[in-house]
Amino acid sequence: MRMQGKFEKIFERPRTLRSTATHYCPGCGHGIVARLLAEVIDEFKIREKTVGVAPVGCSVLLYNYLDIDMYEAAHGRAPAVATGCKRVNPESIVFTYQGDGDFVSIGIAESIHAAARGEKITTIFINNAIYGMTGGQMAPTTLIGQKTTTSPRGRTSEEAGFPIRMSELLATIDGAAYIARVSVSNPKNVIQAKKAIKKAFETQINGLGYSMVEVLSHCPTDWHMTPLESTKWVEGHMMPYYPLNEFKAPKRRN
Amino acid sequence: MMKKSFMTGNEAIAEAAVQADCRHFFGYPITPQNEIPEYMSRRLPEVGGVYLQAESEIAAINMLFGAAGAGARVMTSSSSPGISLMQEGISYMVGAQLPCVIVNIMRGGPGLGGIQPSQSDYFQATKGGGHGDYHLLVLAPHTVQEAVTLTMEAFDLADKYRNPVMVLGDGYIGQMMEPVEFGRKTRQSTHPLKSWALTGAKGRPPNLVKSLYLNPKELEEHNLEINKKIQDMIKNEVRVETLLIDDAEIIIAAYGTVARIAKTAIKVLRERGLKIGMVRPITLFPFPYETFAKISKRAQKVLVVEMSLGQMVEDVMLGLSGQGCVRFYGRTGGMVPSYDEIINETEKFITEGKA
Ligand SMILES: Cc1ncc(C[n+]2csc(CCOP(=O)(O)OP(=O)(O)O)c2C)c(N)n1
Ligand code: SF4
Repeated sequence: MRMQGKFEKIFERPRTLRSTATHYCPGCGHGIVARLLAEVIDEFKIREKTVGVAPVGCSVLLYNYLDIDMYEAAHGRAPAVATGCKRVNPESIVFTYQGDGDFVSIGIAESIHAAARGEKITTIFINNAIYGMTGGQMAPTTLIGQKTTTSPRGRTSEEAGFPIRMSELLATIDGAAYIARVSVSNPKNVIQAKKAIKKAFETQINGLGYSMVEVLSHCPTDWHMTPLESTKWVEGHMMPYYPLNEFKAPKRRN
Repeated sequence: MMKKSFMTGNEAIAEAAVQADCRHFFGYPITPQNEIPEYMSRRLPEVGGVYLQAESEIAAINMLFGAAGAGARVMTSSSSPGISLMQEGISYMVGAQLPCVIVNIMRGGPGLGGIQPSQSDYFQATKGGGHGDYHLLVLAPHTVQEAVTLTMEAFDLADKYRNPVMVLGDGYIGQMMEPVEFGRKTRQSTHPLKSWALTGAKGRPPNLVKSLYLNPKELEEHNLEINKKIQDMIKNEVRVETLLIDDAEIIIAAYGTVARIAKTAIKVLRERGLKIGMVRPITLFPFPYETFAKISKRAQKVLVVEMSLGQMVEDVMLGLSGQGCVRFYGRTGGMVPSYDEIINETEKFITEGKA
């Protein structure tokens, strides 16, 4: 029996998300964020004027999944590339999608200065406390005690200093208009994450300055965990050091 | 007749860029080219353009990447250490086939070196500079007027080949004041359409600006595509000035500021009855190998003079293919060869042969 016309479509692939398999490992946080981005772009109806910048890292192939104009940028330089793009076409909505090695280590100068200039771009910062693409080396956000391939006995502050809290750091900068830390470790957090990404894009659309959402994301492969263990690790180990918060938001306009 | 303005080379380069429709400039201060960003910071807002001081040369070249990818005519300028810092970004721009103009007003190196004029970045400029299989198109002016025309043409060439073009000057060219005329003779009525630019995927499939090809077969194809453009540059873009070479027994080969000094030396030597001529490469890449190949057939002697310890001399020897007799004279570290030194060296060449 055909049920045509009887059911309403209540869930579908966002227009901006391409119908293709991703290269992300099973259970990786990246895929969830890619979908949230696509949903937000659809909801604001800005697909045709959005330009994304995906630099080196597991982030890089985002251009295969989003049906929008995109750059692939050098390691760490996405905020500078986005700056060049936005300064040429101020009507474009420009975002960067960066890992922790990219945003906090090699590219930290570009990250801070884009915020300081109040560059009207949005950064989605994937903090998975590790270098995913190169096979699990220590990141600037690797926790004290966390084992990686280049901190095999666990990171110590004596040898490698302290993990950087990027949201707190950027929140001190006047040019930053919206700064939030979220996670995608459970459905409730995913809903919060989407709200934050939406606010960040809204900040850019309203021309209010730089916006950044830090997403605590799980990397089951390089953490050597099952996907479920890895989401628990985000909540049990990352969140105490990297508390979820909206650090800075533009005042509501009446 | 066009009105002439009296300007430093740096300012003239900046104005030439504006007149060639460059509306976006990103850079970071470094001597001896600061007059370029300073001029742009005044001038670009007047014509609806954007000047932005980047946090570093690394950021500057990546802002160029973003701006060029968005379809703009865009320029940066720097001097030797800053250009070194840009090399990764330049390589990415070649890989992503993005046009831009990069001005290098060379100073002495290695390291922090000094701030006096030099030609010691010849290898870096002409042989690739960053990682990967590529070349930049490199233009070397020897007067302020020529800096103007070559800067204007650089934008057209960058768009034509979708490849970065470098204007390679030295501290002398940058700081020297000369009367110049701007009337743009090379202006193309329309710039090429940039259908590949990232302007938002409205009414067309998305565009992608990238240099990543994980499949080696695809990367090879991509590199061959870039190389095809380089071969076309070699075929179409060689520019060279020759002076009194037909009867010359000795040819002086020099570019940029040194060529200018050599011209004075040649005048004096000709007055003394010596048969001296000159070959001045204007494009350092593509290099005028043919011109030297012709010289080799006539078995003329070639004196190469540079403000370096011998870089262009390697290309001259390649052009001569082992024929003829080559002598090199160079000063380094910001020392500039005087025409007396060049005269002296030429006379020694006649009596002693190659050094
Ligand atoms: C200049 C440069 N240095 C090093 C690399 C190698 N590299 C590629 S990805 C990467 C780290 C990526 O880690 P992260 O930014 O945290 O992103 P993830 O892969 O975890 O998503 C490194 C070091 C590079 N591509 N370029
Ligand atoms: S290595 Fe980690 S971050 Fe990269 S795709 Fe796999 S799980 Fe995701």
